[in-house]
Amino acid sequence: MKQYETVIGLEVHIELATKTKIFCGCSTEFGGEPNTHTCPVCAGMPGALPVLNRQVVEFALKAGIAANCQINQLCRFDRKNYFYPDNPQNYQISQLYLPVCHDGWIEIETSAGKKKIRIHEMHMEEDAGKLIHDEWEDCSLVDYNRSGVPLIEIVSEPDMRSAEEVISYLDKLRCMMQYLGVSDCKLQEGSMRADVNLSVCEAGSGVWGTRTEMKNLNSFKAITRAIEAERERQIELLEMGKPVIQETRRWDDNKESSRAMRSKEDARDYRYFPDPDLPPVHISDEWIQRIRNTQPELREEKQQRYQDELGLSDYDARVLTESAHLAALFEKTAELSQNPKKTAAWFMGEVLRLIKEYGTEPEKVCFSPKHLARLICMVEEKKVSPANAKKVFEHIFDEDTDPEAFVREHGLGIVQDADLLQRVLQKVLAENPGPLSELLGGKEKVFGFFVGQMMRELKGTASPEAVREALMEEIKKNRR
Amino acid sequence: MELSQMTALELSRNIRERKISVSDGVESVFAQIRKKEKKIHAYLDLFEEDAYKRAEQVQKGIAQGIYTGPLAGVPIAVKDNICIKGKKTTCASRILENFIPTYQAEVIDRLEQAGMILIGKTNMDEFAMGSTTETSAFGVTTNPWNTAHVPGGSSGGSCAAVAAGEAYMALGSDTGGSIRQPSAFCGVTGIKPTYGTVSRYGLVAYASSLDQIGPVGKNTEDCAALLQVIAGHDQKDSTSLRRELPKFGLTSGEDLKGMKFGVPEEYMAEGMEEGVRNTFLASLKLLEELGADVEFFSMKTTEYVIPAYYIIASAEASSNLERFDGVKYGFRAAEYKGLHDMYRKTRTQGFGKEVKRRIMLGSFVLSSGYYDAYYLKALKAKAIIKKEFDQAFEKYDVILAPVAPHTAPKLGESLKDPLAMYLGDIYTVAVNLCALPAISLPGGLDGRGLPVGFQMIGPCFGENTLIRAASAFENARGTFPSAEKGGIKI
Repeated sequence: MKQYETVIGLEVHIELATKTKIFCGCSTEFGGEPNTHTCPVCAGMPGALPVLNRQVVEFALKAGIAANCQINQLCRFDRKNYFYPDNPQNYQISQLYLPVCHDGWIEIETSAGKKKIRIHEMHMEEDAGKLIHDEWEDCSLVDYNRSGVPLIEIVSEPDMRSAEEVISYLDKLRCMMQYLGVSDCKLQEGSMRADVNLSVCEAGSGVWGTRTEMKNLNSFKAITRAIEAERERQIELLEMGKPVIQETRRWDDNKESSRAMRSKEDARDYRYFPDPDLPPVHISDEWIQRIRNTQPELREEKQQRYQDELGLSDYDARVLTESAHLAALFEKTAELSQNPKKTAAWFMGEVLRLIKEYGTEPEKVCFSPKHLARLICMVEEKKVSPANAKKVFEHIFDEDTDPEAFVREHGLGIVQDADLLQRVLQKVLAENPGPLSELLGGKEKVFGFFVGQMMRELKGTASPEAVREALMEEIKKNRR
Repeated sequence: MELSQMTALELSRNIRERKISVSDGVESVFAQIRKKEKKIHAYLDLFEEDAYKRAEQVQKGIAQGIYTGPLAGVPIAVKDNICIKGKKTTCASRILENFIPTYQAEVIDRLEQAGMILIGKTNMDEFAMGSTTETSAFGVTTNPWNTAHVPGGSSGGSCAAVAAGEAYMALGSDTGGSIRQPSAFCGVTGIKPTYGTVSRYGLVAYASSLDQIGPVGKNTEDCAALLQVIAGHDQKDSTSLRRELPKFGLTSGEDLKGMKFGVPEEYMAEGMEEGVRNTFLASLKLLEELGADVEFFSMKTTEYVIPAYYIIASAEASSNLERFDGVKYGFRAAEYKGLHDMYRKTRTQGFGKEVKRRIMLGSFVLSSGYYDAYYLKALKAKAIIKKEFDQAFEKYDVILAPVAPHTAPKLGESLKDPLAMYLGDIYTVAVNLCALPAISLPGGLDGRGLPVGFQMIGPCFGENTLIRAASAFENARGTFPSAEKGGIKI
């Protein structure tokens, strides 16, 4: 059998995290009763006019600069005309002729090593509303809450060759956008959507095949499955001597297969032209410079700094920077605890353990760094035992509890009170005359038994060292 | 003086001096409407009850010192493509027959703040596409000077209402001459402001890059006062300019000594009616008598203005009118099978012939494969035309032109030959392509007693130059007769 190569390019839509829509003042909040986040502008009423939200340009520039793009300092909006009820004006305001950013690249890493994926362009556009088909009433309803939510579309060059590279690219983009604070990039909620352009060709032939575009990919898993399936479908066609048809296909993740939506012949003519309601956007050198100066530290730099400045291992630095949110939480905690290594250990251990155990996402972790920092200090100061600290932390993780107050109220602090220790010691010795005589007889094994008994009586509020010490002292006394 | 013969400024002055009440002005308008509207049909909707209520409010407001402006208490008519909250806004189209906006145009807010009284919505060519008001889905409007003739268009209803005394002034919109041409045909005055001077928010778009709302009135001073009310930056319209607004109007008794006027010689070519030519030449002479320099020059791009205009305007219109689809508001076909059939039937039944023609034309010039050859080329032509006007304004303060090659045609004559109708826009469309201000005012009457308009075109932001020249011209010309006095009795 011949060897085939897969050639993949992606079109990724990312919903920007602005408070208001791209051309009006309506809220972009997800959810909400249908048509409550709407106004004459985003509902396409006659006579309403769009006014550009500058924050959208700001976010697009941040993304473009992070992805090493060139900036079109004079960019413009164009109308993409097509009739569909989710689009109230029957044209979408987008950018075709002069997109805000173009010709950039990002670096991905796979098992095969590092690779640059080129970005063809990034442009700004408005999202459409949502259609709801009521099968019972046999009618369709439309909700314009999402209409006018700002998007950037990032179009890559066909530089990817496998599903692994695609996932790595998407992961990289998602991480970058989260670090920049321009989007939360949730595939399930649709704030990140990817269309896959794929073709196959005989390895080494240098002649590319006909590509198809795959839509409706709602998870990384679906994307991987769709790429594998489409690659196989195209190879099968070629092996049978049939041509691949240039078309748009829709992936059905339940059936794990795709079907054709429309071919090139009935591709729509969008009749793009510059939107006369929106003047061109001038992006000054100063604006670009200001964004460059205020760009946040991205993951790679952070990872390096964690190793160089905080002395973390390569592995820990990598894991701790996976989520921008968690990294920020870590840094704040480390700063407050003045102990980056111990803080890292807490994050690598307890924080990640609880995230996994609860099945939650790193972005949703929301305890106060000062609480964990305090807890770390309390362990260092031997005010709470490491074992109890873990229990306390669960409450911090769940309810953002103040560790100091919690330890006090629940009597979990390490006992500094020598009298109490003595009282408990005498009680335990008195209750266990048998083991005591064995201990005094030199049976070292029962030593552990007594330590355990005391710890139980003290509910873990004493340090094992203190208990051990008191016990040793008692034995010495009795032997004398 | 008879109330209905007063200008808007005179009416308001009398109101503010407590000589008459605001309701008196409203009553004079409705008296004329009762007398003439059956024949003229200037209005699509009248707000009689609201107008009297509002008159009382404004009367109090004037007494309390809330409304102090020169147009306080003046009744005004509004073209039916400008949204008024809670009032039908149809654009004279079946497809918006029952559309009631929940918001209103910026200009309406400004009229209300000036203490003006909204009388009703005026008839127009459907979506402002036409030059006669005959493409309205709700019947024709007739010319108050001779009801066998059209009032012009597309703001035919607004201009006819003012000419018939059915309103003291009106708002129109001008995309390719739609204020100036019906003003000329109806013997009233109209200004197309510099693009971006008046907010387009709430104006149902025909061609967004060319549309401007402007005043229609009995004379230049009235129009200047109304322009003052509606002009100004509006953040809801991204194409609205942050220009420093002058006080529109006369500073003192002006003469025209030393002012330079240019007349494109191409405008004198064949096809102009005798009556129009004679009036135009007489008007030039009058300016010279006032001490102005009038000289002919060549405007080589003249032959390109109509094709460039119709390509750009239709392209934008084809996209602007996509939102009328039966999904959200307005008309929807009664019976259909599925979404695409609903679109097709709704738009087939909802739009008139001229609107469909322009949607087809606009869709064609934007189609892939034709975009470069038509749309882009038209944009390039527009840039060249603009450059030639800019160069002309280095030499001349004002460019003079007729408004149309003919006076108001008879009803039913124009729509048979749309191309001929388009060619009638030769003197008006370049102004919109180049974003320039222009004024149309009555120059005289033709042999049949129909008004002939005279057009002055200024450089961008040159409204006050136009107002100064037009006022001087008006003074020299003498009071223009009203339709009632000068026209054929109805």
